Amino acid sequence: MIAPSRPVKSGPNGRPVRPFVMPDSVSGKLGVWRYLMLRRATQIGVLLLFFGTAHWGWSLAGQPVLVGNLSASEFLGLIPLADPFAVVQILLTQHALESRVLIGAGIVLVFYGLLGGRTWCSWVCPINMVTDLASWLRTRLGIRDMFRLIRNIRYIVLVLALVLSALTGVAAFEWVSPISMMHRELIFGLGLGWTAVLGVFLFDLLVLKHGWCGHVCPLGAFYALVGKVAPVRVRFDTPTCTHCGECAKVCPEPQVLNLRQAAATGMISSGECTNCGRCITVCPEDTLHFDLRLRITSVTQSSQSDPHQRRSA
Amino acid sequence: MPDARKSRREFLTRMGQGAAVAATGGLIWSYLLRQQAQASPAGIRPPGALEESDFNAKCIKCGQCVRACPYDTLALAAVGDNVPIGTPYYTPRDVPCYMCEDIPCKVACPTGALDPALDNINDSRMGLAVIDIENCLSWQGLRCEICHRDCPLQDKAITVEHHPRKLSKHAMFVPVVHSDHCTGCGICEKACPTDEAAIRVLPHKLVQGKIGEHYRLGWTVDTPVTQDFKPYTGSESGVSAPPGGLDYLNEDGL
Repeated sequence: MIAPSRPVKSGPNGRPVRPFVMPDSVSGKLGVWRYLMLRRATQIGVLLLFFGTAHWGWSLAGQPVLVGNLSASEFLGLIPLADPFAVVQILLTQHALESRVLIGAGIVLVFYGLLGGRTWCSWVCPINMVTDLASWLRTRLGIRDMFRLIRNIRYIVLVLALVLSALTGVAAFEWVSPISMMHRELIFGLGLGWTAVLGVFLFDLLVLKHGWCGHVCPLGAFYALVGKVAPVRVRFDTPTCTHCGECAKVCPEPQVLNLRQAAATGMISSGECTNCGRCITVCPEDTLHFDLRLRITSVTQSSQSDPHQRRSA
Repeated sequence: MPDARKSRREFLTRMGQGAAVAATGGLIWSYLLRQQAQASPAGIRPPGALEESDFNAKCIKCGQCVRACPYDTLALAAVGDNVPIGTPYYTPRDVPCYMCEDIPCKVACPTGALDPALDNINDSRMGLAVIDIENCLSWQGLRCEICHRDCPLQDKAITVEHHPRKLSKHAMFVPVVHSDHCTGCGICEKACPTDEAAIRVLPHKLVQGKIGEHYRLGWTVDTPVTQDFKPYTGSESGVSAPPGGLDYLNEDGL
């Protein structure tokens, strides 16, 4: 018999640190994958709504379901939707826009402002499926990063996109965006746009982990700013956390899992959190949950007035 | 070196590096954008499209015009199509614009890249039909004139002119395009029976010239008399000499 070489570690709350173990049962696995499956369903579902309306004439009550693409569209012939970042870029080229697209951008802005800006990134954006595949593959293949890049570079790219829109007179990011190329060509017919998508895939696979979505993409940066004060957040229950780090291993934006900050606020407050829910399902202690900011703040404040609770934080 | 100074130098170096990367990236990026914006001067845009640079700026590339077209005329440029990526265009030889009176593509446009002020489809200017007279059947002396017959603005945008020839041959009846009415719909280009269309629609910029403003076509009725044109009166300054040359035709006794 070999004795355990290391004593069992315990977390700051005194409980033993347990690793995440993938359950053997199918239902257990499905439980771990529940948000992943939901995300894929919405991502593919949204594309399918566009595609079905365009090619199979899907309609509801005599109105086409969803005409256009993710840049701008019309839902049921009534509700306009538009990409607010694209609209901002066009406005910066000093061109006035029709009210329809402005209202559409406003609706989308409010929607993601409520749900958490980067909910777009992990629940709707089609390129997320590509980069998730790349990141899954590179973990499998054990590929290491070629270099490190600060994640704040995306805010520089965001500013560049806005400045270049004003200087060149065309929406700078929209004109080179692999995201737009991907959904446009999926819905309206294929061209060479897949080469840009392949470029993002290879960059994420071989060069830098989470390279595109986690470092470069200015649309993600835009939505991170939009979602700064979003009511929907991932709640963090301080007393149960053993600092095992399983959440940070699966998180595509691990810098948002600042546990000290999370303990203080009772939630993952960074706008860069994509609300993908990966951390929630792998946490062995059931510490993380989707919740509303308002409820979390009230609970945190009441618990902070309790000295016993505060110590464990 | 004191720590504060060292860290300040490091900070400044970092800032400089960041700025250099941003500037280089920005330059390459703007180069790509300019290349794209000039991708193809030959792209034929949907009716009501603004002037090319305004259109490129305002179009959000959503494809709602494409879906609104009942004839599947329009397509969104995919990467590699030689038209700015994602913008709508059409190829008249494949499917022309059939000039719907309600202009559904313009109605569908959410941004105004297709001018909402366009009410009459006949006022649209998608391009200009141009005839290659070396390959036009009518210009060879055959009776074709299919473009004229199919033109939705028949006898305005395309007229048939009559060219008499030598006695042994019959006259030529040739189509002539008039830019003041041609919308560039391309129905003529689609209808042209030659292997390669002898009449085709091109953007105005590529084919249309411009007379300098100083030219006065004096023989046309509506040419205004300009201020520098002074008819000869003969007695204005007491000098009665006529302008140079002999005016013998008007002299007595001829």
